[in-house]
Amino acid sequence: MKLTAPVLAAIAKVLSGATVRWQDCQPDTCQRIYFANHTSHLDALVLWSSLPRQLRELTRPVAAKDYWSRGRLRQYIAKSFNAMLIDREEIKVHQSPVDVMIREMGTKYSLIVFPEGTRNPGEELQEFKSGLYYLSKKRPDLELLPVYIDNLNRVLPRGEFLPVPLLSCITIGPPIWLEPKETKQSFLKRAREAVLRLKEV
Amino acid sequence: MLAEPTNAAFLAVLPTAAAAGSLLCETLGSLNQFVAPLLAQEVGIRLDFRTNILLGSVLGVLIVAYFVGRALRRQPESTINPALIRTFNLRVRAWWMMAAILIAGFLLDYTATVILFGLVSFWALREFITMTPTRRGDHRTLFWTFFVFTPLQYVLVRLGRGYYGLYTVMIPVYASLFIPARIAIAGDPKRFLERVAKIQAGLLICVYALSHAPALLDLPLTDSSGRPWSRGSTVAADADTKATDAKIADKTAKSTKSAPGDAPDVAAANPPAEPTGSNAGLLFYFILIVQLNDVFQYAWGTLLGKHVIAPAINASRTWEGVIGGALSTMLVGALLWWATPFQMWEAACMSLAVALMGFAGGMTMSAIKRDRGVKDYGTLVSGHAGVLDRIDSICFAAPVFFHLTRYFFTA
Repeated sequence: MKLTAPVLAAIAKVLSGATVRWQDCQPDTCQRIYFANHTSHLDALVLWSSLPRQLRELTRPVAAKDYWSRGRLRQYIAKSFNAMLIDREEIKVHQSPVDVMIREMGTKYSLIVFPEGTRNPGEELQEFKSGLYYLSKKRPDLELLPVYIDNLNRVLPRGEFLPVPLLSCITIGPPIWLEPKETKQSFLKRAREAVLRLKEV
Repeated sequence: MLAEPTNAAFLAVLPTAAAAGSLLCETLGSLNQFVAPLLAQEVGIRLDFRTNILLGSVLGVLIVAYFVGRALRRQPESTINPALIRTFNLRVRAWWMMAAILIAGFLLDYTATVILFGLVSFWALREFITMTPTRRGDHRTLFWTFFVFTPLQYVLVRLGRGYYGLYTVMIPVYASLFIPARIAIAGDPKRFLERVAKIQAGLLICVYALSHAPALLDLPLTDSSGRPWSRGSTVAADADTKATDAKIADKTAKSTKSAPGDAPDVAAANPPAEPTGSNAGLLFYFILIVQLNDVFQYAWGTLLGKHVIAPAINASRTWEGVIGGALSTMLVGALLWWATPFQMWEAACMSLAVALMGFAGGMTMSAIKRDRGVKDYGTLVSGHAGVLDRIDSICFAAPVFFHLTRYFFTA
């Protein structure tokens, strides 16, 4: 795991030609939630790969268990990237994805999440699922960093398995927090706008 | 503003650089001598003395340019626009990259040079397609473009002049027919012709056109009167060498026949002359001329430019720049004739062709950029140096230079 991770990260970087821009924020080892638009299977891997190495060891992409536990190769990749696999189908009381995430991240790890829930079929950014809200309600100390991933959907669109090595761009923006007395809806709207704003930067 | 001292420095430095350069090429030469026997075979493309001088001078100029750029950057009270200094430094860095790629290729061999050019093509195509919007239905076609046609073109170029017929038609004919068909099969009719044209244009400019530059290495060059000037490339196996030798012998025999005076003696006393030039030198000359043309065009445009050619395409390209640039390029190209199989006037004509094609390339790429609303391919994705910005003129000039050379200066 220690050995293959840098190799896979390098491959992901070369393949996606990703440029990373930290807009009004800096890489830091404090606990964070990176929330991004989701357009390609490569999203989590490329975003994770483009973090500095020390951060990579402390950051876990949250991924769908039904996709990433199918087949040896996917399992292997998910393990290398230290992915946190969440079961989307079997959601129980006290075992909700948010509870699992908070338990697994402890006081050490940062997470990469995709609040749209599923990969975006079109160009538009969809409405955010409420997980992000509950996450920040239970852990108000976490910094929430919006991330906009550009062009990766052209590198590996939905339903394709062969990537085309175009250049992509990852923009990480300034953190937001849940304001006191902020409603779920207005918070999710604000979070979504924070991601959209990075598109224009 | 900036370009004038730069150019002055360019010209003033040339003689000194030549001296420094020849020293460097001697070192390179001796290095080659050391390594060659170790590997028990010839390493690298054999460079002749004149090519080494050309290489050395250019490296000398680049070293000076590097220090000039550094000095300018460190001068806080400089009256020169810092943006210009940055552009200059970026240019110099790009030239270092080009020189490094060419020299690394030469030090290894023909295959290495072809591979390096192939990688440049790959990267340029990446920038081109990233900039032009394609649709989901184009994905598989793009995969073919990147991973089949691009490598195949360079493999064919590497296989050498025997495959000339195939590598000149593979992309313009077969790939160009394949692309629309593949997109049609994918089943998305929206803006069909436009999407086809985008991919075809990218493949043609970034891959097909550029591949003619390394293809120069495999031409059996002669001067315009038909005397062999180089052996062709290092691909040339022994059989090939023998064939060339036979040809030379044949030609000598013919020429001695035409001069009946002392025919038998000459043939006996002067064995057929070894070809003196190297193709690598010609490739280097070509790249140098294209780059000089860019600089001259910019310099003349800044100094005298009044009549902008097409303000909506590129506000800084003027008729004065183009004409002044072409004339300067002709002059310098002619003065460097000794590195090529051309005579002086022939070198001037070739340089003119290169200058005009380089200009055409710059204009075309500007038009594409304007249409897409990007300034540089480099700023498309920040942090990357735009490869396409640097090689647009090379792409357009390479096929023309190649075909002129092949038509007039090969056996």
